[in-house]
Amino acid sequence: MTDYSDPDFRAARLKKRYQAEKRFRAYGMAAIITAGLILVFLLGSIIYSSLPAFSHHQVRLDINISEDYVVADAPEEGNYLGLVRAALRDHFPQVTGRRDKRALYKILSIGASDAVEDRVKNDPRLIGTQISLYVPLSDDIDLMLKGLIDRNLPESDRIVSDRDLAFVDKLAEENRIERKFAFALFTNGDSREPEMAGIKGALAGSLWTLLVTLIVSFPLGVLAAIYLEEVAPKNRFTALIEVNINNLAAVPSIVYGLLGLAVFINFFHLPRSAPLVGGLVLALMTLPRIIIPTRAAFAAIPPSIREAALGVGASRTQVIMHHVLPLAMPGILTGTIIGLAQAAGETAPLLMIGMMAFIVDVPTEVTAKATVLPAQIYMWANNPERAFVARTSAGIVVLLTLLLVVNAAAIYFRRRFEKRW
Amino acid sequence: MNKFKLAMAALIGAAMTSGVQARDQIEIVGSSTVFPFATAVAEQFGRTSKFKTPVIESTGSGGGMKLFCAGIGLEHPDVTNASRRIKEKEFKKCQANGIDLTEIVIGFDGIVLANAKGAPQLELTRQQIYLATAKMVPDPNRPCQSNWCEPVKNPYQKWSDIDASLPNAKIEILGPPPTSGTRDAFQELAMSKGANAFPHMKKLKKSDKKMWKKLTRTVREDGAWIDAGENDNLMVSKLAANPKAVGVFGYSFLDQNSDKIKGAIVEGIQPTFENIAEGKYRISRSLYFYIKHAHVGTVPGILEYVAEFTSEKAFGEDGYLLDKGLIPLPSSERQKYRKDGKNLTKLAM
Repeated sequence: MTDYSDPDFRAARLKKRYQAEKRFRAYGMAAIITAGLILVFLLGSIIYSSLPAFSHHQVRLDINISEDYVVADAPEEGNYLGLVRAALRDHFPQVTGRRDKRALYKILSIGASDAVEDRVKNDPRLIGTQISLYVPLSDDIDLMLKGLIDRNLPESDRIVSDRDLAFVDKLAEENRIERKFAFALFTNGDSREPEMAGIKGALAGSLWTLLVTLIVSFPLGVLAAIYLEEVAPKNRFTALIEVNINNLAAVPSIVYGLLGLAVFINFFHLPRSAPLVGGLVLALMTLPRIIIPTRAAFAAIPPSIREAALGVGASRTQVIMHHVLPLAMPGILTGTIIGLAQAAGETAPLLMIGMMAFIVDVPTEVTAKATVLPAQIYMWANNPERAFVARTSAGIVVLLTLLLVVNAAAIYFRRRFEKRW
Repeated sequence: MNKFKLAMAALIGAAMTSGVQARDQIEIVGSSTVFPFATAVAEQFGRTSKFKTPVIESTGSGGGMKLFCAGIGLEHPDVTNASRRIKEKEFKKCQANGIDLTEIVIGFDGIVLANAKGAPQLELTRQQIYLATAKMVPDPNRPCQSNWCEPVKNPYQKWSDIDASLPNAKIEILGPPPTSGTRDAFQELAMSKGANAFPHMKKLKKSDKKMWKKLTRTVREDGAWIDAGENDNLMVSKLAANPKAVGVFGYSFLDQNSDKIKGAIVEGIQPTFENIAEGKYRISRSLYFYIKHAHVGTVPGILEYVAEFTSEKAFGEDGYLLDKGLIPLPSSERQKYRKDGKNLTKLAM
């Protein structure tokens, strides 16, 4: 028999309980630290590998905007690439053969003329003068200057040839090469040249798509939840609907893509690759993810509030619109924003409706051709050019930042509207 | 609330009009192997012409054909890319939907086996590739009887088991998954051709093609072949980290990563640009695209896009597609396809 009055026994038992408590805390701490380390490692490796994409080596050229290449009457028809190439050729008078010239031109990016073109179109008076301008180098040269391609390897083992190296070294000796922030990453649409490829098109596509998703799924979801929670009688039929909604939340997203392809594109003949269809598909996917937290938010409001309102003579609608809905708003907004954040990271359903595509133009309306951030990341990851490795990570950083902003907004709104009683 | 109503109305309005709107942008679908080349041409075309940059979807060769042959009309694509020739079945479907098309071959793509720079240089024959990758191989322990060798589950675990001259290392091949066109081509050009080095297999092809296909094109599933996903960049870094592993992918990835990996010599030929272009390197295939005649004139810029693709500065000996890893056709064929693209020569099968 255990003698609970024995002080030794009591002391030993107390000690044991304290130890159990300590162990429990240690397990919890270990779990948090492990999760934290994994997160730090993941973020750290992505951010580290994205760093090279945020800068690019440029070369300063003295460009003679000669009338041989561009005339004041029609600046939009000028041969700007020719201008830039002529300026580069001035530094290498010994390069004469056609093939040698081509090799020389290859150290420049195909987007090297964009900056000149912009300047001259904005100010045609520049024609006939000389301007000094930084223009981007090609991706391979940039990688080599960043040290990502080892120039000490034998020539056959690297992409940059000895001839290219000599060209670049001469320009570097004249202090003409500088590493600059890569604005192109944020101001351009997609491109097949890594140094010209930007995230703007995909970001705009993502925002258009999410706008459609929000406009469609928010009112539908909230109304459905209000009806189910506040108005509908509790019977077999509503129970069936409830089970179905919970089920829909667990359906793999690709299924929504197939549905979208069959219904919106093949039946309604909406355009492929458009944010309109993408948004509708994601709205279907987001619906249950809005309905479920919205219902939970309604259910969490104490019945005393409804009863008090009904008691002073408010109608059913007034109770909902004046009292329950405002109180439930923080929960609804949190659910909606998290649902949208999930939709923002979705690729599988968009693959089916053609949003995984090479699109250069930045979309300006919901029916324009567009891709979305995660699809863009996937496409960059598949490109053979080495510089796309860093571009891919940079795309992930942008997507993560977007999600962070969205989730921070969710927390802000919840705090802002939260009421305690 | 008024703003919301407006937004909804605008949305519905946009949806209604877009269905009937004329299209001013070329739509292209198809092979993920041709995708990097087609996108480069599309970008150049958008930069240098007055037309909009075409939209290109990477759907795979089969998926592209399905969309392309579905019909005539602005909701269907104008051009499809393929890493293999159009199949007779697909051609018939196109014909049934009233689609006339032109075939353009844009160049070659080599499939290479590569391993880490520090690993021993592999020198393989296609027969050895077949023995290393097939699920069923002729039993090495039983002599063949009257033109038939009994197939057994692949017993080769090390390269040196296949041939003493090969390295004494475990067979570990990272390859493309079954959805990939590269895998199809590898099975056809390396495995089946390799199997035909056995006389009885060659005979089997004539007598029982189905069985022959099954025996020569089924990849082993005992762990020696690993489906490494479609991401070839990832494969390259895996190869660099593991000197025993051998990867299977398109030539352009070898070209881009020549400081990390090296290609295996197949049938005595190095997988170099020149050897693939001259047809000496045996595991290579042609890449195609197909043009829908009915859309020329309706969608602006199709002929100009084709002209850009088939210009010397794109798919020629010195063209910008070379930098992307495309291996050009001989000059006479380039001329032929340039003419075909201009005159829209109808494909007949």
